[in-house]
Parts: sequence; structure tokens; C-alpha cells
Amino acid sequence: MTKKKREERTYIQQTYVDGLAWIWTAAVVLLMVPAAICIYYDSWPGITPVLKGLIGVAPIFWTVGFIEVVTFIPMLGTAGSFLGFVTGNITNLKVPAALNAMQNMDVEPGTEEGELVSTVAIAVCAITTTLIISLGVLLLSQITPILDSPVLKPAFDNILPALFGGLGVVYISKNWKIAVTPMVVMIALFICVPSLAGSVGVLVPVGALISIAAARVLYNKGLLEKKDTKENKR
Amino acid sequence: MNFSPNSSFLYILAALVILFVLAQSVFFLVRAYRRAEAVGMDMEKLKKTMVSTAVFTIAPAVSILLGVITLSKFLGLPLPWIRLSVVGAITYELPAATSSAAAFGVSISETITDPKIYSAIAWVMTLGILPSVILPPILMKPIQNGLLKLRDKGAGWSDYFMDALFMGMIASFSGMVFAKISQGLSGWIPVFVMLFSAALMLLCGLLIKRYRLAWLENYAISISMIGAMLFAMWISPAILG
Repeated sequence: MTKKKREERTYIQQTYVDGLAWIWTAAVVLLMVPAAICIYYDSWPGITPVLKGLIGVAPIFWTVGFIEVVTFIPMLGTAGSFLGFVTGNITNLKVPAALNAMQNMDVEPGTEEGELVSTVAIAVCAITTTLIISLGVLLLSQITPILDSPVLKPAFDNILPALFGGLGVVYISKNWKIAVTPMVVMIALFICVPSLAGSVGVLVPVGALISIAAARVLYNKGLLEKKDTKENKR
Repeated sequence: MNFSPNSSFLYILAALVILFVLAQSVFFLVRAYRRAEAVGMDMEKLKKTMVSTAVFTIAPAVSILLGVITLSKFLGLPLPWIRLSVVGAITYELPAATSSAAAFGVSISETITDPKIYSAIAWVMTLGILPSVILPPILMKPIQNGLLKLRDKGAGWSDYFMDALFMGMIASFSGMVFAKISQGLSGWIPVFVMLFSAALMLLCGLLIKRYRLAWLENYAISISMIGAMLFAMWISPAILG
């Protein structure tokens, strides 16, 4: 094994060990919040009301949580995943930020460079978001009238289409043949069953499976051009 | 003890959690940055990517802040501040709060004043999102070993596999944008916004290639996203009247 490979393996192993320490600590910190509230205010609610509330959300959100973990770990790498899942807003912010940064840096996910760029992007994204929310909380009375204004409302209502339009162009132009089948199927699915829009998180792996199956067929038939990210970029 | 969902105690709790999140982010940022330097990556390009990522984050972060404000009318500021800074997302936190409020028969249009209801909501919000924190350490190794095996089998296919995975996610969200078109012209607004964003990205790509504006590469996604949001502010009232 070369020295570079050895160093790479050591870095990734150490990242995994550090990541485990951070994420398990995060789980404890997370659970300490409601526990601290109950202790401080002597307000333990009892198991029944918590279970009643949990029944309404757990079946869906535990499923979505599992799906997100399985789908996004291959994209984000070790540190990116540990950090992304703790800081949240993974689908609408952390994953697009990591994809965009890897695209800008011409690195592939699953490589050490991809892992580093994804980690840097998610960390920058998490720090920026945390600072903006904190600043917003501090200046709440001044900014609420602006943010609540009807003029700005359509902009925030359409943040996902605004994000995925640009991102879509980047990835479709990378390999349009892979894009055609999942795009057509998913658009048709949402047009036929509009109520699925509320469960888009559950449908991400469905889109991914369709996309992977279509790509495999094209690959087996030799219909996919040789990969060259620099040539194909934008 | 008198309870208020905006008490100093809850603000202190929120500040401690926020500091933890910042510490973790800084820890991994510094580590990855140093490693990138050590393996000889283009650091100038990486710095530009960091700046462009920060710029790209601003609009979605403001949207998350709007979520904090929405929830604050019901739960006060500290709890939504915590929940949307750690693990949470507005798409999850609002249904979680609503579901627990319904279990107590209270409405989310009024500020919570009962500490027991508040505690129950805090528990539901936390336990409902917990798999996103405990599953990554459990599933990380099996998933990554599977990917390694895939790479060993054939480098060509594994690269296409990753492209297909990304495309599946983008196709799902792009498909969702079409969900309301049966409602008439108003349902097409998100589609028009997405197409406008795509057109701006194409224009940026053209400018980058034609005029060799390399700097624009880092900001193309921010420009297309913010441009499309501004377009939404124009087209929505134009269609809805």
C-alpha cells in the first residue's frame, strides 16, 4: 500500500471515530433538551400524551429518516453525513450545497477529494445557517414585518423550484440520458397523484431506484458516453 | 415555578445547543480543510467554493428563519430555534408540533402556557426526529462497504451509479413542482419559477464558456436560485391578481 493510500485510510478511519463521538454526543444533547425542560419546570408530561403525539408523526418521519440515511450517506461521505444529519435541513439545503460544491471543484462523490469538499460545504452551510437564524432571533422584532410581507411571500413559497431548476440543469447536462427516464416518470407520477407532493421525502428513493435501473440498462447496452466531468460540466 | 415559552432558562438552553452545533461544524471544517491542503487540492478554488456555498445558503437559511418565526407564535422562540438548528426541518417540526398539540386538544394558533403540554411537544419533536441521528452511525459502515464493493466490481458503473442516485433525487423534487398544475394557471407558477431558474443557469453556463468567466462558476447556482425567487415575486401577483 502506498504512503498516500495509508494516510487516506488513516484520515477516513479517524474521521469515522471522531464522527461517532460527535453524533452520539449530539443524540444525548438532543434528548437533554426536553429532559432539562421537564426537570427545571417539574413538568413531566407522562408517557401517554407523548405516545399519542408520536403516533401522528413517527410512522412517517421514522420511515423518511431511514430513507434519507440510506440515500444520502453515499452522496455525502463520512464526515459530511455525520455533520449533515446533526445539523438538519438535509434535503432542502445540505445535499444541494454539497452537490454544488463537488460540481464546482470537479470532484466525484465517494473519493477522498469528494469527501473533503462535501464536508467543507456542509460545515460552511451549517455555520452560515446557524448564524443567520441566531441573528434573526436577536433582531426578530425588526425583521418580522419585512419577512412576513406579502411581497416576499411568493419568493419563499417557491424556494424549492428555484433551487432545483438550476441544480437540474447542472446534472441533466452532465448526462442527459440518465436523466430522461426518472424525470418523465416522476413528473407523470406527481401530475397523476398530486397528493404525493406532501411525501416527497419517501419518493426520493423511488426516483433513485428508477434512475439507477434506467442507467443500468443504458450502461449494459453501451449507450452511456465515457465520463469526463470537466468536459461535460455545465 | 412560572413558565414562559420565552424564559431566560430556555434561551440559555438554546444557546448551549447552538454552540454545540457550531463547535461540531468548525471541528469538521478545520479538519477537512487541513486535509485538503495536505493532499494538494487547489486551495484557492476551495476558498472560492466556500464563499459561494455561504452565499448559496443565505436564501434557504432565511426561509428556515421564517419557519422559526412561524413556530414561535405557538412555542415561543427558543424551542423552534433549537429544533431548526439541530436535525430538524420545518417540513417535520410543524406537523410534529401540531400532532402533539392535537393530543392535548390545544390549538397551534395560541401560545402554549402549560409547561406539561410544552414538555410533551418538546419530547414528540425530539423523539420523532431521533432516527436521523442514531441511524447514520449504525448504517454508515454497511452502506460504505457496499459502495466499496460496487467500486471494486467496476469503476465505470459505480460513477454512473452515483450520477443516477443524484438524478433520482433531483427528478423527485422536479416532479413535485408539477403536482399543482391541475389547479389551473396558478398551479403552473412553481413550474415557471423552476424553468426560469433553469434558464438562468443555462445563461450562466453560456457566459462561462463563451466569455471564460470562471468566477461565475461559483455563483451560478446562487444567481439562478435568487433570480428565480425574484421572478416568483413578479409572476405570482401577475397570475393571481
